[in-house]
Amino acid sequence: MIKVVFFAALREQLNCSELSLSSEKLATVADLKTELASKDEKWQQVFANSALLSAVNHDMVNAEQAIKAGDEVAFFPPVTGG
Amino acid sequence: MTENILCEISIQTADFSLADEVALLEHDNAIDGAVVTFTGRVRNKNEGKDVTSLTLEHYPGMTEKSLAKIINTAKERWRIGRVKVIHRVGELFIGDQIVFVGVTSKHRQDAFAANEFIMDYLKVQAPFWKKELTERGEKWLDARQSDALQAGKW
Repeated sequence: MIKVVFFAALREQLNCSELSLSSEKLATVADLKTELASKDEKWQQVFANSALLSAVNHDMVNAEQAIKAGDEVAFFPPVTGG
Repeated sequence: MTENILCEISIQTADFSLADEVALLEHDNAIDGAVVTFTGRVRNKNEGKDVTSLTLEHYPGMTEKSLAKIINTAKERWRIGRVKVIHRVGELFIGDQIVFVGVTSKHRQDAFAANEFIMDYLKVQAPFWKKELTERGEKWLDARQSDALQAGKW
């Protein structure tokens, strides 16, 4: 399984903080995004945003990053701390 | 009391004391002649609107990891002594302190540069998000292009 977490505006838009998905057929972050976007129209719209950032196991990554069972993948908007 | 164990990163809801943090950076540290500190605070206006409060969200675990990476990069690039980064989360009001970065070094140039570097990278890499409450309601802040450009300069 892959743990997926969402933050900030993204979490509110999806009304979801966390979910788990089977890692079969999901080789990369891009695959996972496509899978999540297929859930419904709202999710499709949210994941069409090219500004979204992703992290695997707490490291910022790009969409080509490989993922495997046990990974924690996060999606979130550009950061605004400081 | 063990003096050589220093906390470098703290994510907290509580306020912090600039004087206490400077004291920790300076205590038993005769080799560093420079102490550079930065404190970020909640402004009363943002993009022309009156701000009532901010709510800071973060990604526990990744926040600490990303700040540790930024601090380690700074230590590789400059000859610096002690580092402390504090970032508050939760609800904050106008004038409240949000963030603190303190760096010491033998001479001032290293501490000045490393402090600005840490702050610039924190702005674009550390997973914090601000939600602003104004008279017109709540809104998640958009990232600023200028922050990305500033971090790109290093």
